[in-house]
Amino acid sequence: MTRQVQLAHGGGGEEMEGLIRSLFFKYFNNDILLQAEDAATLHTGGKLAFSTDSFTVSPIFFNGGDIGKIAVAGSVNDVAMMGAKPLYMSCGFIIEEGLAYEKLERIVASMAEELEKSGCSVVCGDTKVVPKGGCDEIFINTAVIGELGDSALSASKIREDDLIIVSRDIGRHGACIMAQREGIEIETDLQSDCATLSNVTEALLEKDLDIKAFRDATRGGLAAVLNEWAQQSDICIELEERDIPVCDEVQGICEILGFEPTDFANEGTFVIAVDAADAQECLQTLQNFTECPDAAIIGKATTKHPRKVILQNAWGSGRFLEQPKGELLPRIC
Amino acid sequence: MKMDLQLKDLFEGFRDPRVIRSLKSQIEQKAQKLDKKLYVMEVCGGHTHSIMKYGLGQILPENIEFVHGPGCPVCVMPKERIDQAIDLARMEDTILVTLGDMIRVPGSKYSLAQVRAQGADVRALYTPLDALKIAKENPEKNVVFFAIGFETTTPMSAALMEQLTQSGVQNLFLHINHVLVPPPIEAIMDSGDAKVNAFIAPSHVSVITGAKIYKPLSKRYGTPIVVAGFEPVDILESISMLADMALQNSDDTAIQYSRFVSDEGNLKAQKMIEKYMQTREHFRWRGLGDIPQSALKLRPEYARYDAEVRFAEHLSDTPVDDHKQCICGDILKARAKPFDCKVFGKACTPGTPLGSCMVSSEGACNAYFRFGNLTTEGQR
Repeated sequence: MTRQVQLAHGGGGEEMEGLIRSLFFKYFNNDILLQAEDAATLHTGGKLAFSTDSFTVSPIFFNGGDIGKIAVAGSVNDVAMMGAKPLYMSCGFIIEEGLAYEKLERIVASMAEELEKSGCSVVCGDTKVVPKGGCDEIFINTAVIGELGDSALSASKIREDDLIIVSRDIGRHGACIMAQREGIEIETDLQSDCATLSNVTEALLEKDLDIKAFRDATRGGLAAVLNEWAQQSDICIELEERDIPVCDEVQGICEILGFEPTDFANEGTFVIAVDAADAQECLQTLQNFTECPDAAIIGKATTKHPRKVILQNAWGSGRFLEQPKGELLPRIC
Repeated sequence: MKMDLQLKDLFEGFRDPRVIRSLKSQIEQKAQKLDKKLYVMEVCGGHTHSIMKYGLGQILPENIEFVHGPGCPVCVMPKERIDQAIDLARMEDTILVTLGDMIRVPGSKYSLAQVRAQGADVRALYTPLDALKIAKENPEKNVVFFAIGFETTTPMSAALMEQLTQSGVQNLFLHINHVLVPPPIEAIMDSGDAKVNAFIAPSHVSVITGAKIYKPLSKRYGTPIVVAGFEPVDILESISMLADMALQNSDDTAIQYSRFVSDEGNLKAQKMIEKYMQTREHFRWRGLGDIPQSALKLRPEYARYDAEVRFAEHLSDTPVDDHKQCICGDILKARAKPFDCKVFGKACTPGTPLGSCMVSSEGACNAYFRFGNLTTEGQR
């Protein structure tokens, strides 16, 4: 019989102790965690960046990743987007009774693999097991503390003539999950873009470029990030629609289901606002990373319609790019 | 030689900037010769969406203007029908299934999304045939398919009926809200004060019905009609054709979307619809009011599957009107634009729609709200 997670594994007794030692200590192995005290004690100097996120993605294993990979990359990226170096992570699991142990181990192993990319360590954690139906297989919360250094990136610092760069083709994660959903089941090799980006942001910051802001284009996609920036910096962002990189598979899924790639979530794609003079060097730096195929300058900050994002097309007309709203439901005809 | 046909091959040419620019100048030349302004109604919400998305209104000459029509199936559904969907969803041991957008449209008090949050089992389908699968998987529940849409989606409901009647499944019922394209066009034109003098007819509806359904309309109102595809090149080529036809005072129907549309349409689909459905005497359209013979219902011999018959005691049928300030009726008749409405973008937004045109992404007000007043700069 396959081994399954049982309520006792979250009960605080022997079974939980066994799970922690045989699984979490084994994969997240580090000195702070192994002290096994009530709280982790940390050494840091100077200003910190701190972020938390919960992960509930379904299906838990998808093309290009799984809920564990996303839980690590997601929180690490949030801190990296502030220009900080991610150091310490907390990790809370809420597991549905009956989850195959093999699945949990795959998820934890995938988290450990992803942590290596940023050098961030899981230093404290928690496990709860809820009765069947109490959650959908597994939910994970992670929080990351990072060292900020001198970095002072901010979404309110974007000025007229700054250029906007996207790190790769957009919409992969959202399209990939949508295609795998029950009821749609589009056959595709499309992989999620799920990836840790701290190495990329660190390389950019080392270059001493006049970077105004980074933001990962997660839920709400490119449309949400740029609208937030336009509002926070009180500027207009004008995009050239044809310059926005979109792969054929994502475009195809959008054509079939009536979505826009700019509304789809990404999990390893970020947007950069940079002074025009440094834009080319920024782009060249991105191109050294496998996480950033197809990085491109997609637009610039102007004063045309403050607090709005405009998509310009190749025949001389344009439209506002609005924040996505409501559930992403396909149009009917 | 590589012979694979890729999806993008099907649409890229129809969004080619060079073709679009050349059609633009072709239209400009023809427009100079027009002796009266052309008010072109795009009947279908899919066209409204394309026109706004691709900014096509902005590149037309001053004397050709788009008027946004009634062809958004979600938008034209009156609140009392949505209330019926909610009544059905709230019945004991019931799963209500419907298509996409319908879930977020508010009825008189709630939307289906809200009653789902309150505990009702409401599911969005991608194809109506999934309703049968859900019914088989849940034999202890009643499954109700709330069917909406113009002639495009009607054949899928008929196909569901075909499979349902052969399957022996006893727990699936249909609530039919299928509506027809020609009656609202007649209602708008017969009102006497509509400015419309040319039409772009729907793409997908026409694949099913054929272009033949528009011929009586073009003759009766003396207006040219072109059946158009959804891509920007399709729409602009159709405008160019309409300009030619207007110059010749034509009262004909022509087909631009000839890669899919014939005069006769999909005869097999038409036959299947005919087998299971008949026209209703009346249907109340949101924004347009009561229009006779404008919608379909199941034939009496299939009453066993008809949710309106089977669950009649649960369903209220009191008409619920839109907000008094709402001018959707005038917008549909080209007497007003969304920006002329006092509540547009203020009390009435896609999150809190007061009138039909704001309800779905295919409604005129919703498209204006989303894609913005950039269009007003170019469109008078």
